[in-house]
Amino acid sequence: MTRPPPAPDLLVVQDLGISFGGLKAVDGMSLTIRRGSIAGLIGPNGAGKSTLFNLIAGYHRPTTGRVWLEGEDITGLPPHVLFGKGLLRTFQIAREFSTLTVRENLMMVPGGQLGETYIGALFQPARVRAQERALRARADEILEFLQITHVADLPAGGLSGGQKKLLELGRTMMVDPRIVFLDEVGAGVNRTLLYTIADAIRRLNRERGYTFCLVEHDMQFIADLCDDVTCMAQGRCLARGTVDTILSDEAVIAAYLGRGRAAKGTGLAGTPVEAGAA
Amino acid sequence: MTDLLNALVHLTSMLIIPGLAYGSQLALGALGVTLIFGVLRFSSFAHAEGLSMATAITILFTIWLQGMGLSAGVLPTALLGMVLAMPVMALVFIGTDRALYRHFRRINARPEVFMIVSAGVMLMMNGVIRLVIGADGRDFEDGERFIVTARGFRDWSGLAEPLVLKTSQVLTIGIAALATVALFWFLNRTQAGRSMRAYADNRNLALLSGVDPDRIVRLTWIIAAVLSVLAGVLFGLDKGYRPFVYQQLLLPMFAAAVVGGLGSPVGAIVGSMIVAFSELALTFAWKKALAYVLPAAWAPQGMVQALSTEYKFAVSFLILVIVLLVRPAGLFGKVAR
Repeated sequence: MTRPPPAPDLLVVQDLGISFGGLKAVDGMSLTIRRGSIAGLIGPNGAGKSTLFNLIAGYHRPTTGRVWLEGEDITGLPPHVLFGKGLLRTFQIAREFSTLTVRENLMMVPGGQLGETYIGALFQPARVRAQERALRARADEILEFLQITHVADLPAGGLSGGQKKLLELGRTMMVDPRIVFLDEVGAGVNRTLLYTIADAIRRLNRERGYTFCLVEHDMQFIADLCDDVTCMAQGRCLARGTVDTILSDEAVIAAYLGRGRAAKGTGLAGTPVEAGAA
Repeated sequence: MTDLLNALVHLTSMLIIPGLAYGSQLALGALGVTLIFGVLRFSSFAHAEGLSMATAITILFTIWLQGMGLSAGVLPTALLGMVLAMPVMALVFIGTDRALYRHFRRINARPEVFMIVSAGVMLMMNGVIRLVIGADGRDFEDGERFIVTARGFRDWSGLAEPLVLKTSQVLTIGIAALATVALFWFLNRTQAGRSMRAYADNRNLALLSGVDPDRIVRLTWIIAAVLSVLAGVLFGLDKGYRPFVYQQLLLPMFAAAVVGGLGSPVGAIVGSMIVAFSELALTFAWKKALAYVLPAAWAPQGMVQALSTEYKFAVSFLILVIVLLVRPAGLFGKVAR
């Protein structure tokens, strides 16, 4: 059971579970994410998607099961340690350091071996300055990538919801993450900005090899981006497969819309079942 | 013209310079209060006692240094003792955190609980200080006491009013300014400082962005220790070390931090100056200054003192109450949303 899984899978979740009081929010959930893929996690409200993210990201400690990141057991490690290992997450409602400027929001991310000793900071001002320049250059490059350079020096608290989502994505780019979990990155964002976000995710995946796992209710968004999709319901895995098969899977449609819809030929991403290709 | 100059010299010597020095001392203390509040999310009632203990440790180091025949020349030997006291004080703060506060952080205790724990820490520190150095006051300033003496200035200027500039006042203002600049550089221009601000702003997000909470807590206590040593020793050099008086610094320090907005470093400095100058101006006898400026017929009869000096702590209390009523978030505070 505790044997590490084979290598090509970046993240393996095995039999993960947690109960709050009597409620089993996640119940024996297993999941595999391939390196370099964009994995989608869907499921009706209350299916346990966010809780699963919280378990993987170290926010809650699972009562059962294991999580492996590239063969290393990372079950129950605290968030900042997981961050150091390249496992990052963003939130359904974008969070930001509201009193810091947008650029500072990026520059606060601890950068690997740099800036680890604070005693050193007092006695090596030249090194600190060099490090600051490198950090700033990196932050500026990211702001450019996300097309939010114009707000770099404003307090992040004043950004629009969508810009905050971009900023969250930007924060993950400060380190080279191995896997980024995006929790409903499209929620409450207007269409135009949603395209920008989708585009950023796709480019990060193609050009920089980032692996993503995203929870999303917008099926079009899932269909456009994801390679593999897993559907959760009531804390368990309901179905998994490629976008096309999942979005037209009878059990999945039933979980979302109730029984009978699949028979009428209605897929989740659009009217006809082949809509996944849109 | 001479009258006006005399009035100016009198005010500078008796009100402005002492006010700046006292304000600087309060600012160093209030910065500690506000940092602990911002990062660790509680009001540390033990902070004044921390200043007192920092000063006591410095005095012990100073005595030891003097015994070894070391001194800082014209400057007080305590400046050297201060440097030695800083790591010790950092260990005291971090040790207290490990032994007490950390536990309450782990169980996610409410801020009120921390406040009461800090009151306990205050009492304990108070006991330790009495045990180690006693309850009596002592002066530990050596070196050249004055930069400008009353006689020296009078002979040089020919004015009736003397200008007195104490070494400790100049040191206080200078060191406080340097320390403030260093602190702001650290908070705004270094990775560690930004992590600290991020942690203060949104603790959960900071954790999920890779900030190591233990490191931030440690860092906060180290900075608080350095600030406490500076504040305590500079206050002691200026006014002498008396444990009892140090306890009473808690109120003006908190008033200053609250006026500026708890959690705001800029606010702590501005608040400190407001509190210091209100305290001095309201308990200052304006008779002499007015006598110089006003025509002889209007010369005041009484002392023209709003409050007797015994009431100076009432001033900070009054400011505290007014701010809490009118603008609870303080001048620079983040308004709760």
